Amino acid sequence: MTSGTRTILQGLAAVVALAFVVVQPAKAVEVQRVVSPGGIEAWLVEDHSNPIIAIDLAFRDGGAVIDPAGKAGLANMVSGLIDEGAGELDSRSFRREMENRSISLSFSAGLDRFFGGVRTLTKHRDKAFELLRLALTEPRFDDEPIERIRAQILARLARDSEDPDTIAVLTMRRLLLPDHPYRRPLRGTAESVAGITRDDLVAYSKRIFSRDRLVIGVTGDITAGDLATLLDETFLGLPEAGDPVEVAEAEPRAEGDLVVVEREIPQSTAIFGHAGIRRDDPDYYAARVVNYVLGGGSFASRLYEEVREKRGLAYSVYSYLQPLDHGAMILGGVATQNGRIGESLDLIRAEWARMAESGPTEEELRDAKTYLTGSFPLRLSSSGRIARMLVGIQLQNLGIDYLDRQKAFIEAVTPEDARRVARRIFDPKALTIVVVGQPDGVEATREVPPDNS
Amino acid sequence: MTHSLSLRRLGVLTGLAALLLTLGRPVQARVFEPESFTLDNGLQVVVVTNRRAPIVNHMVWYKVGAADEEPGKSGLAHFVEHLLFKGTETAKPGEFSDLIARNGGRENAFTSYDYTGYFQTIASDRLELMMQYEADRMANLVLTDEVVLPEREVILEERRSRVDNEPGAQLSEMARAALFMNHPYGISIIGWEHEMRQLTTEDALAFYRRWYAPNNAVVVISGDVSLEEVRPLAEKHYGALERRAVPERLRPQEPAQLAPRRVVLKSPRVRQPSFSISYLAPSYNRGEEGEAYALEVLSEILGGGTVSRLYLSLVVEQGLAASAGSSFGGDDLDLSTFTFYGSPRPGTDLALVEAALRKEIDKLLKDGVTAEEVAEAKERLQSAAVFARDSVSTPSRVLGAALVVGQTIEDVEAWPERIGAVTAEQINAVARAVFDERRSVTAVLEPEPTS
Repeated sequence: MTSGTRTILQGLAAVVALAFVVVQPAKAVEVQRVVSPGGIEAWLVEDHSNPIIAIDLAFRDGGAVIDPAGKAGLANMVSGLIDEGAGELDSRSFRREMENRSISLSFSAGLDRFFGGVRTLTKHRDKAFELLRLALTEPRFDDEPIERIRAQILARLARDSEDPDTIAVLTMRRLLLPDHPYRRPLRGTAESVAGITRDDLVAYSKRIFSRDRLVIGVTGDITAGDLATLLDETFLGLPEAGDPVEVAEAEPRAEGDLVVVEREIPQSTAIFGHAGIRRDDPDYYAARVVNYVLGGGSFASRLYEEVREKRGLAYSVYSYLQPLDHGAMILGGVATQNGRIGESLDLIRAEWARMAESGPTEEELRDAKTYLTGSFPLRLSSSGRIARMLVGIQLQNLGIDYLDRQKAFIEAVTPEDARRVARRIFDPKALTIVVVGQPDGVEATREVPPDNS
Repeated sequence: MTHSLSLRRLGVLTGLAALLLTLGRPVQARVFEPESFTLDNGLQVVVVTNRRAPIVNHMVWYKVGAADEEPGKSGLAHFVEHLLFKGTETAKPGEFSDLIARNGGRENAFTSYDYTGYFQTIASDRLELMMQYEADRMANLVLTDEVVLPEREVILEERRSRVDNEPGAQLSEMARAALFMNHPYGISIIGWEHEMRQLTTEDALAFYRRWYAPNNAVVVISGDVSLEEVRPLAEKHYGALERRAVPERLRPQEPAQLAPRRVVLKSPRVRQPSFSISYLAPSYNRGEEGEAYALEVLSEILGGGTVSRLYLSLVVEQGLAASAGSSFGGDDLDLSTFTFYGSPRPGTDLALVEAALRKEIDKLLKDGVTAEEVAEAKERLQSAAVFARDSVSTPSRVLGAALVVGQTIEDVEAWPERIGAVTAEQINAVARAVFDERRSVTAVLEPEPTS
């Protein structure tokens, strides 16, 4: 876009500001819905206290889950390459433009979405948006960066191939989702990454980088009017709509199996879990509360108390909800010396069953609720975190007033809800376990599932 | 070597540097604009106001770390860090943690060679509660075998997770032990397993009584609060504690190092080889004036990001390495280290990457850095200081880590200016002094085929 059009657009910038107020007294974080003349929407929290700007964005349906069969790791590889040369700038020129102005551009693929982020000083704002535009609309995918980034991914895969946590998580996904694309490693396999071509990379970026999939959050030293102008300059070059994608729904299959992946290490690393609860499920907030009580609190949870505090069986023990766009899991982890991992697993199974049977106590429920509501402002601790949160709220369709309402969702969880949802989501018979190490006294109930990525 | 370790001489230098700084007022932007006061009992309190969100980060730093342990008691500083969560005369074990969680706060603690720290991030109207409990555990810790012995199992599990299960971490322990032949920086922070197993409740209490005192601590608070709000709270809670005698931190220093060392760890669990070359280097505390700043700029030129010399040469142009870079931080009470690292592309021999990296070091020693490289690197580093203001926790982390090793607030605030003053000549001189192969350790992580 030329500088002439820019002046005109500035005058036309349509800005809608919807204010909401974060829970704490005497403090307000105002989120503005900024809609550019060209119709690009972004949510903005203005903050002029430091001369910096954080931009976060996501493309829906753009993650590893849509990697074509045999091309696992494609979305991840695209994320490594679009800031390695675009437009007239080859890789080295592009990186110099960024780094000598301390502009940071980062892209990553999740399972469901493709993410981007920009951090810049105000004085380099226009250049930062320009580089973002180039990366998204004119990535070059030159041979040199393709082979270099491929080598880096292969090196990473080689390192991860003996990492106990990675082995455990990937084995668990193959167990729970044997036929679904979610089972595949996000970064692919040595074989699939070796087979990704330039055409694949180009096709992916054409298919996914489109305005109908795009969600944007911005925080920092920029006005709504300036942002509106930059939104058009940056994103209007993207196609209005990308190709639709079809992803099958994932139904996690958990039958209470235990799998042992043998590795010569002194400590067994275990991952456990089964099907979970989706983000748009009406019981989601109650599920967050009961999971917090079981294993979500970092220094206060039943698992922490039983496994670590009372017995010293682990440094780290936890559980978490993993809601995905096409399925959901509840997962947890623990690591204990080989000779005693069986004790840890017995305790975890018992706590899983106790939670399913009777849910949290009234006191636990009250503490969980005050933690979850009281900790919300901690998400506002940096510009980047605020920008990411603005993107997250949009991705989940929670509404611009979500920050106002989130406290009420948690507070509305009654003891009956908590017991009912605990019974609903925790299923001790289905609890599936993967152990990596040389565990003593732990019987595998089935073979390690084959790697069918 | 130019950075002699005579303490007396350093004292003079520091004084001179301080004087120069007071005379020539800086023109450049400051970093955090902190305010500070010291209580009668010697506790320093630092406040950085950041009104973005109604939260505060409250950090208590003690001027004691793993390098202050007695011989044979490795891991004790870190063990004591864990045990500070086990209650006091008036607070039950875990009570403080439960209270933080109920109030929506997050907390943790950390131990390094030179310091131990505890922090909470929480709604700003709960700051006084945090100060009350932190002040309590600064003076009134109660330990019994009942809580200490299970926690000893926890730190052993932590060691297994962080080190024993990770060949790369095992190699790092061996490499540090080889680099520091006499200084306790060569001893694992988390501790050697056989010594960790012997640590007792009495050991922990003795260490606690010896080092934990208001006059040996710094409190840094960053966030939605002002000095005026903090002062009466700090006086009420921390001010009630008594000053106590604390030992000097006199550690054994390194002898002349006369031979390069090479440490190789082979394991079937290594699938991606890698290596590092570490040199003893000056820190802000131990070196001639400006040397540590020159090394920071040098590390940015050689190994900072994808436009650095090493990345461009080894990874892009020669296509030998998957990664290559360098790292340096001057925040050590005693000597620092300057480290190069690299990892080959799959299918490439590690020896080729190592040779290419050594060639870059030789080239640096022969030709030096250019004025343009220096200017660009300084600009990047100074910009990083602007980003450092953004988060609520970064100011507490940076200021705390500096103050506990004897730096001043002025040192931190003048950092962009001192980086700006670095010249190519200084960098070339310090590079020649530091990259002396006799004072280096090369650490290599190699795959071993399973038989």
